[in-house]
Amino acid sequence: MNMAESHKKLERNVTLLAVGAFVAVAIGGIVEIAPLFWIDNTIEKVDGMRPYTPLEQAGRDIYVREGCYSCHSQMIRPFRDEVERYGHYSLAAESMYDHPFQWGSKRTGPDLARVGGRYSDDWHVQHLKNPQSVVPESVMPSYGFLSDTTLVVADPAAQLRALSHVGVPYGKDEIANAETDLAAQANPDLDGEGLAKRYPKAQIRDFDGDPSRLTEMDALVAYLQMLGTLVDVNSAAAQEELATEKGR
Amino acid sequence: MDYNTLRHLADSWGLLAMLAIFVSLCAWPFRPGARSRNRDAATLIFKDDNDG
Amino acid sequence: MESSLTKVGLWFALLVLSILAVAGAQDSGFAVHMWIFAAVAFGGMWITAARYDPLARVQGIFHMPTDPTRYDDDPIRWGVIATMFWGTAGFLAGLFIALQLAFPALNFEPYLNFGRVRPLHTSAVIFAFGGNALIATSFYVVQRTCRARLAFPALARFVFWGYQLFIVLAASGYLMGVTQSREYAEPEWYVDIWLTIVWLSYAAVFIGTIVRRHEPHIYVANWFYLAFILTVAMLHVVNNLAVPVSFLGSRSYSAFAGVQDALTQWWYGHNAVGFFLTAGFLAMMYYFVPKQAERPVYSYRLSIIHFWSLIFLYIWAGPHHLHYTALPDWAQTLGMVFSVMLWMPSWGGMINGLMTLNGAWDKVRTDPIIRMMVMALAFYGMSTFEGPMLSIKSVNSLSHYTDWTIGHVHSGALGWNGMITFACVYYLVPRLWKRERLYSLRMINWHFWLATIGIVFYAASMWVAGITQGLMWREYGADGYLVNSFADTVSALHPMYLMRAFGGLLYLSGFVIMLVNVWKTIAGCIRVEVPMSDAAFDPEKDRPIATNRAAVSGAAIPAE
Repeated sequence: MNMAESHKKLERNVTLLAVGAFVAVAIGGIVEIAPLFWIDNTIEKVDGMRPYTPLEQAGRDIYVREGCYSCHSQMIRPFRDEVERYGHYSLAAESMYDHPFQWGSKRTGPDLARVGGRYSDDWHVQHLKNPQSVVPESVMPSYGFLSDTTLVVADPAAQLRALSHVGVPYGKDEIANAETDLAAQANPDLDGEGLAKRYPKAQIRDFDGDPSRLTEMDALVAYLQMLGTLVDVNSAAAQEELATEKGR
Repeated sequence: MDYNTLRHLADSWGLLAMLAIFVSLCAWPFRPGARSRNRDAATLIFKDDNDG
Repeated sequence: MESSLTKVGLWFALLVLSILAVAGAQDSGFAVHMWIFAAVAFGGMWITAARYDPLARVQGIFHMPTDPTRYDDDPIRWGVIATMFWGTAGFLAGLFIALQLAFPALNFEPYLNFGRVRPLHTSAVIFAFGGNALIATSFYVVQRTCRARLAFPALARFVFWGYQLFIVLAASGYLMGVTQSREYAEPEWYVDIWLTIVWLSYAAVFIGTIVRRHEPHIYVANWFYLAFILTVAMLHVVNNLAVPVSFLGSRSYSAFAGVQDALTQWWYGHNAVGFFLTAGFLAMMYYFVPKQAERPVYSYRLSIIHFWSLIFLYIWAGPHHLHYTALPDWAQTLGMVFSVMLWMPSWGGMINGLMTLNGAWDKVRTDPIIRMMVMALAFYGMSTFEGPMLSIKSVNSLSHYTDWTIGHVHSGALGWNGMITFACVYYLVPRLWKRERLYSLRMINWHFWLATIGIVFYAASMWVAGITQGLMWREYGADGYLVNSFADTVSALHPMYLMRAFGGLLYLSGFVIMLVNVWKTIAGCIRVEVPMSDAAFDPEKDRPIATNRAAVSGAAIPAE
């Protein structure tokens, strides 16, 4: 069959046309995306990385719910000004437990990848309630309702189980204790020993200034305060990891 | 079949094959017999006076 | 009788299921959505049982012709009305969030905060306004170019109404906080499943109609529609793979994490632009521009090359959204190289569209619809030049995260997608409603200028805003310290945000004029107006330019 014949066929046969178009668009995706699931340094673990605590994950869910990615990135690029402004540039491993990723694409507000520990809890609560009261130039909406809303997580264990299905290494222990861990992190009066053992570097305290109840504000501030605090980027292990991370 | 063999395929024969397919797809409409067929196809939208 | 009983039974079963789901719902957003399903099921049951046809009544309100015609145009008429309706909603939401950025007091927590309304705006304009325009025009074009009625007419109606239900679920979800927070793929898992069902039905109707055609060729517009439908199906399914926490709750977690999730998402996100907003709208161009200009497309050969190179190159370009991030370097470079190459087919397509007017350029002056199409193609050319430029890593290091990107997107969306859609709707309405002509051509002229000036305000202010922002972020003083705090850069943008909102207002005003024009046309009114171009005839000037010198030297030249 010569070229002209085959062309005629393709031009007149909708199935062939569809298959041809589909192959053309599938190649790019396969060649580009598939290798990411093989390459070591996109998935290698760095010292200090651990899955989110139930409270941090609940805070992250609020971050996702409110669409914070519209204005805040969580990805510091390796430029002098960004590193000075926001801290060490982001490592691939630092978002390895992020389902979904929240790197963002726009900075109407500053990057948040390393915002943890930069401000006090009080500052965050005040800022979320009324951003202009602490940063007059800010165009951020206010989120006062978070302090009035009791944190409701329908089934904390189911949440961790769903995450473990997509590859976050929550074990039986974490899943079984999800509910108590959720409450314990924002209330120092409860027994937080197990929590601290399961989740190293977990910050245990009342975050929203109202110890009497567990609010959405507690969860969101707990999440913000842990962002970027897990990996000690200047440690030997992290530096070694950086050396093997190509092209940065 | 690991990542490296795939990569070598992608920057040698794989690349060549894709290029060949692409160039022949682009060369198609220029083959000698295509002229009248292209004219037919391009003007088929004017065949009906009334598009209902 | 029996079949209608079975139908009532099915609707009832769906109603019961939805109410059970409401009872067991894990969160209020999911409960509200199940109430919506229940309402739809109840409506379906009532309509079937009472043999009451509310659609027929509404068709009366919209003056829809009911006499049988050669082609099945009913879903297309509905699509045109839906396009107008969602356009209004989407543009209003856009103006609202533009004003929020200038005046933060306009945020009304929690439902109308910027973070919740912004996805409402993007989804409303891309998927609701653009999507309805694509579905309606594709049904129109595929019937005319195949000389066949729509295959599966009932399924075609399901596609239209099912798609509207998808839009309502997605939009109401965002306001209630039901979102995956992945740009342009925000709807949660059950809404995604619903869209998949609707989209596969759409593919079945479209491909079925092509299979039943009475015409040997498959016209090139259908190639683009076909690539758009298939690729969007692939992107949507892969990018939305997720595990729900509970089958009775809205929350789900993406199947991918971190770097992999980022690349999958931007492979999707960029090709939503490439195949939804480009390939689909190019299909509109390849049919409606030749039809309105009354001459075949400039080069059919070029259109075939355009097709293969566009779909082959576009799919690789996604990683340019992730320059200098933790994505491996080779993927970034690959994305950049393919983005730059993409410039060529894009301009090939633009040239093909513009040159279709070769020999009929006077129509740009006399026909406002053609003028709108030409402006759409001009904006297509501009934004497909700007895109490859922004994808170059060194440019991107400045432009990324700034409003420059927002300006780029809008020159494409307002200029290319908006303008070509308006032109096609102006083309379609008199034909679909069997009217002699549009209510007013002069109003199209007003719409054209308001929209064009609006886009200029929008794009120019966002260029300035983006470059200002990018330069201020990286500005160092002589002392070696950063000069500006982040808050400084926010307050510097205030004037630009005002100008952008003003541009949006102009664009919206043009659209309101269109709404009036379309409504009057549907109602059967015709505005008595002076023709657009009525230059007085001057026999002195009516002669070829080449012989001017002869005229000056005194030789008499006949008027003919």
